[in-house]
Amino acid sequence: MERKKSLRIILYIIGIFTSLLYVSPFYILIVNAFKTKKDLFVSTLKLPAHWTVKNFQVAADKLSLLWDNTSSFWGSSLFNSLFITIGSVTIIVIFTSMAAWMLVRTKSKVSTIIFFMFIAAMLVPFQAVMLPLVALSGKLGLQNKFGLIFMYLGFGSSLSVFLYHGFIKGLPISIEEAAIVDGCSPWQVFWKIVFPTLKPIHITVAALNVIAVWNDFLLPQLMINQKGMQTIPLKMFFFFGGYSKQWHLAMAGLLLAIIPVIIFYFCAQKHIIEGITAGANK
Amino acid sequence: MKYNKKWFWLFVLPVLVAFTIIVIIPLLTGIYYSFTAWNGRVDQVPQFIGLKNYLLVLKDDGFKSAFIFTTKFTLVSIVIVNVVGFSLALLVTRKLKMSNFMRTIFFMPNLIGGLILGFIWQFIFVGVFQTIGEAFNITFLQGWLSNEKTGFWGLVIILTWQMAGYLMVIYIAALQNIPKELIEASEIDGANAWERVRHIIIPMVAPAFTISIFLTLANSFKLFDQNLALTNGGPGNATEMLALNIYKTAFTFSKYGEAQAKSIVFFIVVAGITLVQVYFSKKKEVEM
Repeated sequence: MERKKSLRIILYIIGIFTSLLYVSPFYILIVNAFKTKKDLFVSTLKLPAHWTVKNFQVAADKLSLLWDNTSSFWGSSLFNSLFITIGSVTIIVIFTSMAAWMLVRTKSKVSTIIFFMFIAAMLVPFQAVMLPLVALSGKLGLQNKFGLIFMYLGFGSSLSVFLYHGFIKGLPISIEEAAIVDGCSPWQVFWKIVFPTLKPIHITVAALNVIAVWNDFLLPQLMINQKGMQTIPLKMFFFFGGYSKQWHLAMAGLLLAIIPVIIFYFCAQKHIIEGITAGANK
Repeated sequence: MKYNKKWFWLFVLPVLVAFTIIVIIPLLTGIYYSFTAWNGRVDQVPQFIGLKNYLLVLKDDGFKSAFIFTTKFTLVSIVIVNVVGFSLALLVTRKLKMSNFMRTIFFMPNLIGGLILGFIWQFIFVGVFQTIGEAFNITFLQGWLSNEKTGFWGLVIILTWQMAGYLMVIYIAALQNIPKELIEASEIDGANAWERVRHIIIPMVAPAFTISIFLTLANSFKLFDQNLALTNGGPGNATEMLALNIYKTAFTFSKYGEAQAKSIVFFIVVAGITLVQVYFSKKKEVEM
């Protein structure tokens, strides 16, 4: 028993040490975001000698976080990021759950081939379609926020269809059959019976896609990198494009950029973790 | 039960249209463009030039060095990220008082996008490492990201910090699926901690290893955002990975046909190693 006790103490020490190591980047980010330029130059590790919030005001302004150059919220990077994320995730949840349900309930060659195509597409790296997509989307007039949402539906479809497909396979079919006998159309069966019972997997699919879309950089960079449409990650280049870096402003900007994600994480932590576990069992 | 065709297409078509326009058509036209003198636009039919782009890719030293760098990075990352992820899972499943807290902390970096992560760590490597190095006179911590070696390890550290928590979640699920009786029986039989890990835990979590290696392989081979934000391929192009090399070939040097040929090579390699890896891991699981 004595040996077991000392083993636990060692485990606690390892645990505390590892946790500190893991949070240290957040510590560095926070303390330096509150420093003046001079203060940061003196030391990057110490607490600020004079705490200042001015960095946040300047950084928010440079990021167009809450308003654009015409003082409108509707062109701000926060609005753009929110609009694209919420729009994409909503249509992904609606359309991929519809398709996955029909693919599970229809046993035919066409149905199998379509499902196989979605799965096989997971092997395709973004780079393989990047250049033709840039050319094609320009031609089709998709290089705007709505076009981008449409693209996220295309790119998000593989994993989402796959996750819904796996979940729906485990649902009993008898209730749906009874509803059909009672005279419901497939449309009503889906929206009144199936869609509500998919709630756990909706949350999983939504959580995974929120993270992917919110953080995405390359697709918006290629499609909507112009004034009034930019998302938060695109704006970040303001601090890192030039030669002399203003680290105190950059730290404040980065901290502002990760706050929404951290809030989302604490609200949806359980579902995110469930989602990963579910997604991993493929 | 079977719904008629009209209903089938009503439900499937919206996603299928998006998927076709966004993934399938660009993929197929992309394969075709890689054999042409393409200018990056869809206005005119580009001239067919056979394998010329692929020959240029073979002769491109930048692509070759990016390929080697990416391969080295992927191999090292697979080992380190998985060892760290598995260790974290072992640590948080020991029923310590702060297990839940640790789980939250270890997973958190995963939520932050690669670009922002790269920028944060750029400051840590360039600013904070330098400060500590100068204060304690440790030359090893000075001048990070200014050469290939520190750029390489910088990328490994970032990916580990970001991904280990994700793998931890997968390993925790696998560890919790091990029947308690098995562990208890081994304790009664006098197995020590290492023997337990080697003969019970590792075989029982083998499927989780497959998934995790697959994920690390895919993520590190395709790494882009972190590469761009941390080093932008520099100094020179010493730390340029494949995805960044393709990006620059197209958008910095405007060589669209060649960039598209590189993309197809990249695609074949990614798909190939993924399929081979899944095949062998599944086979091994059965044997274990």
